[in-house]
Amino acid sequence: MSKQISIIRSTAVPLNMENVDTDQIIPARFLKATSREGFGKNLFRDWRYENDDETKPKRDFSLNKPAYRGSILVAAKNFGCGSSREHAAWAIKDGGFDVVVSSFFADIFKNNALNNFLLPVTVSEDFLQKLFAAIEQNPATEIEVNLPEQYISIVSSGEKESFDINNYKKTCLLNGYDDIDYLLSIKEEISNYEKEHVI
Amino acid sequence: MGQTLFEKIWDKHVVKTIDGGPSVFYIDTHFIHEVTSPQAFAGLNKRGIKVFRPQQVVATADHNVPTLNQHLPIKEELSRLQVEALKKNCAEHGIELYGLGHPFQGIVHVIGPELGITQPGMTIVCGDSHTSTHGAFGNIAFGIGTSEVEMVLATQCLMQSKPKLMRISIDGKLNKGVVSKDIVLYILSQITASGATGYAVEFAGSAIRSLSMEARMTICNMSIEMGARCGMIAPDEITFGYIKGRKFAPAGAEWDKKLAYWKTLYSDADAVFDKEINIKAEDIEPMITYGTNPGMGIGVSGHVPALNEVDEKEKPSFEKSLAYMGLQPGANIKGKKVDYVFIGSCTNSRIEDLRMVAGFVKGKHKADDVEVWIVPGSKQVEKQAIEEGIDKIFAAAGFILRQPGCSACLGMNEDKIPAGKYCISTSNRNFEGRQGPNARTFLASPLTAALAAITGEVGDIREYYSKSELVNN
Repeated sequence: MSKQISIIRSTAVPLNMENVDTDQIIPARFLKATSREGFGKNLFRDWRYENDDETKPKRDFSLNKPAYRGSILVAAKNFGCGSSREHAAWAIKDGGFDVVVSSFFADIFKNNALNNFLLPVTVSEDFLQKLFAAIEQNPATEIEVNLPEQYISIVSSGEKESFDINNYKKTCLLNGYDDIDYLLSIKEEISNYEKEHVI
Repeated sequence: MGQTLFEKIWDKHVVKTIDGGPSVFYIDTHFIHEVTSPQAFAGLNKRGIKVFRPQQVVATADHNVPTLNQHLPIKEELSRLQVEALKKNCAEHGIELYGLGHPFQGIVHVIGPELGITQPGMTIVCGDSHTSTHGAFGNIAFGIGTSEVEMVLATQCLMQSKPKLMRISIDGKLNKGVVSKDIVLYILSQITASGATGYAVEFAGSAIRSLSMEARMTICNMSIEMGARCGMIAPDEITFGYIKGRKFAPAGAEWDKKLAYWKTLYSDADAVFDKEINIKAEDIEPMITYGTNPGMGIGVSGHVPALNEVDEKEKPSFEKSLAYMGLQPGANIKGKKVDYVFIGSCTNSRIEDLRMVAGFVKGKHKADDVEVWIVPGSKQVEKQAIEEGIDKIFAAAGFILRQPGCSACLGMNEDKIPAGKYCISTSNRNFEGRQGPNARTFLASPLTAALAAITGEVGDIREYYSKSELVNN
């Protein structure tokens, strides 16, 4: 897993569905593993294959269309809702994506993505529609996601929009820092808090 | 300016706040289960560190466990390995485990409250989105991912940004046949499956105050289905009465001290919310979902939206959803044939739910072509059901009372609804494939599910009440 994100320039895969829940991203029957690896092959399993059969890909599903490739997934609003399973973020990252773009992310998914160096980029509904239109019209359309300067652009047309991310998380992603490293480094402060925090 | 219930608890749990960033947020109680914890323990082991506060962690096995013959080894190898990994991890790190065979085993969100571990004013997390359930006791409780499970195991803290605050008030008197599941499905149908994303939601109002703890838990349980970070209800005498005397509840002087604090936990009259929603209890009907997210719900007497009632942008998702469900736009749901009835899950598997179902089905028998699975939320619920003779009522009705676990809510064990079949379910999610590949789910209350078990189709419980009242009179 690449543990740093800065500027990503890639073609994109459109997934023009709203309310994509984590059960679709990775169905529950694949949650039985005890490691973090290998979830990518079951990413969107039941949307990708007829009757769970890898020899029968569903042709109309965008991840199966040869024209759509790249490390940016563009999805409609409320992406990642439902179950808190981090396996969803693992599957997307392992499936070759570094960025997911949507007009709206579910909270838990967003945190899980950030903790796995999968960048969730929230754009306006208008810009999202522009992205879908550009990609669908020409699958070779390149998208640039620039974390240091916090913008996303359609390279050919130059259309761009800025996106929000808090400074702490931005620093983590740019430098490959984990929350857990930070928390472990302030354990003494946590212990002091515990001493004072008696209800 | 006054404070909200959320702010009172939040402020007490902030260890420090990073400039322009999130806060280091302290967690009082951490529940873990077999599915979302193994990679977290692997992370600790890789770093060579132990669990920071093992006495603040409670474990159970629920997602993967069979609900028949729990005394036998788990047949499915991967499930067995996960349950064994939990056992090993808990032993190595000194964590209390209520595993298979333990009298306290059960669904994590059922056992926490029934053991008195869940209390007002706490912060509670678990690697499970339905952790919001615990908020019914007036605490901040939310689901987290496995990386965060690892953080809490390692430091008892998380990095959290303060969410916006929403209050949903339900005032008035509920109609007969309308129960708490209908309230939450109604809210979802009004505000959609993303209507509370980014918010902590407090449920308030006279209709909420009138509910039992079990009923309140059902509502907070499904606050995640609106996208809420957490759901909560201010504690009151009903809350205190429920907790008192439970296994891990405070007692004696400790009880008095805690109670005095708990009584300060409410939103002040002048507290300000970022968003307020008001609902009249009288407007709520028995509800049912027709689609593939919990926001796609209607009153049982209503109809699936027609195409011209759906926003243009939402049409692709709507049509995909109806195609999956095998339903037509504009169709009635009432009278729709069901194949399976599932009564269980962290939403509706508590003793009150089983009593509600038993009260209705007593002396009746299930429809011939319907299979009915009743899965109690915990060993304690199962024991109590047997003590009250509820198991006999179910047996006489042709229902199968299984053993505790998450079961057909997510079909991680053998309890899967076959492809194409319709299941009326008291669980929380009707997502595609949730109850098994290509299974079709109608979410409803235990009463509406019980009615379908008897008649074999979706019906309106209010008609039953009016008829029976006529007969009785």
